[in-house]
Amino acid sequence: MQGSVLYNLGFAAVLCVVCAIAVSSSYVSLRERQEINQALDAQQNVLVAAGLAATDESLTPEEIEARFTPIQQVVIELETGEPMDVDPATFDFRADARDPLKSRVAPVNNAGLNRIANRALVYEVQGSDGELDLVVLPVHGLGLWGILYGFVALDADLETIRGLTYYEHKETPGLGGEVDNPRWKNLWPGRQVFSPDGKPAIEVVRGRAGTAEEDPYRVDGLAGATMTSRGVTNMLRFWFDEQGYGPYIDGLRLRGID
Amino acid sequence: MSKRHDALMDPLFNNNPIALQVLGICSALAVTTKMDTALVMSVAVICVTMASNFFVSALRHQIPTSIRIITQLTIIASLVIVVDQVLKAYLFEISKQLSVFVGLIITNCIIMGRAEAYAMQNPPGLSLIDGFGNGLGYGAVLMLTAFVRELFGSGSLFGVSVMPLVAEGGWYTPNGLMVLSPGAFFIIGFLIWILRVWKPGQVERE
Repeated sequence: MQGSVLYNLGFAAVLCVVCAIAVSSSYVSLRERQEINQALDAQQNVLVAAGLAATDESLTPEEIEARFTPIQQVVIELETGEPMDVDPATFDFRADARDPLKSRVAPVNNAGLNRIANRALVYEVQGSDGELDLVVLPVHGLGLWGILYGFVALDADLETIRGLTYYEHKETPGLGGEVDNPRWKNLWPGRQVFSPDGKPAIEVVRGRAGTAEEDPYRVDGLAGATMTSRGVTNMLRFWFDEQGYGPYIDGLRLRGID
Repeated sequence: MSKRHDALMDPLFNNNPIALQVLGICSALAVTTKMDTALVMSVAVICVTMASNFFVSALRHQIPTSIRIITQLTIIASLVIVVDQVLKAYLFEISKQLSVFVGLIITNCIIMGRAEAYAMQNPPGLSLIDGFGNGLGYGAVLMLTAFVRELFGSGSLFGVSVMPLVAEGGWYTPNGLMVLSPGAFFIIGFLIWILRVWKPGQVERE
């Protein structure tokens, strides 16, 4: 019996079914937990960008939720900057970017982006007085090895950066991976995004830049990581320009938050 | 010495999968910049080698010889996917850092090698021990490499700062070579050298 073609086929079929059941049951039973983890990870990064949590702080889901109370999540249409009636909990910009109906070819850019979603999820953080304190905007763009995903927090004056953090990247540990270094991240608060003529001017330079007061548009480069530094510059310039959050920021100004 | 003892201890020093058989080098370079990732990777590999050896051995009289390799691969791949799912659910931070390398355990030659060379000939109990020993041998090299790389590359162990970095106001200037893959090559090279000075029997004859 063993060694016959029929036996081999039967054995293979049984094996496949057993393995398929094992794999799919592990996926189904753990999926919920994994999705919670991913959502929490993204939320914690919003908190870090907004200055409501430290980078290496390990927060329980309840703490994250509690700190999210002053944060209003809004899905906006990038082209107009107008808020849309979309549930933020179901919005996934990466899924949108893959969907031809919900994305468009990105304008010519240095940020390595081919398609971008038509919509974006932004976070408006209220201060204790109920006024807008800061907005947290998601950004992504190409570094050396892949796309970096992060958040930029912008002050209520809509010009001053309050923080920058990346939650997913593939840069070299110790070189480009230093985008995660708290010391480098601390260089960002206080820098100005826009030059006086209203164009995004923020830049990661080679070598050292001055303090935020002396050198508001420039940030220290990452040693040994020219491509990553350039990637950060390019993505910030892309997202803060007209094709990115320009219309949204203009809209906020008109709403009289200036 | 008993067979059981051999199955466990041989792969640690005498027949180490990385140091003597030079298998599994790719992941040994990739996941050893930090000790916590190396530890999780070691545990994942130990689980997979044990389980794959066990199942392959239990089925060894049923597996048709003509399709035995693909059978082993199917078992290994399924196990690795399950491990990957568990890590994503329970150790999310670390699974993010291990990224693609957990999935690549499937192609780790150590596991396939043990399934084909040992589990196909030996009973499940012994195969389980052999899988544990080989996973441990792999893990030992991983942990040693990660110890050196994290200590000299980032001045810390398990993420706890041991030698404060100049960049953080301390005195230690980290060695950039250690955080890059070639650093691991040098360390594994030195480990193999030390092992062969200690056990000259491992040196290939000219």
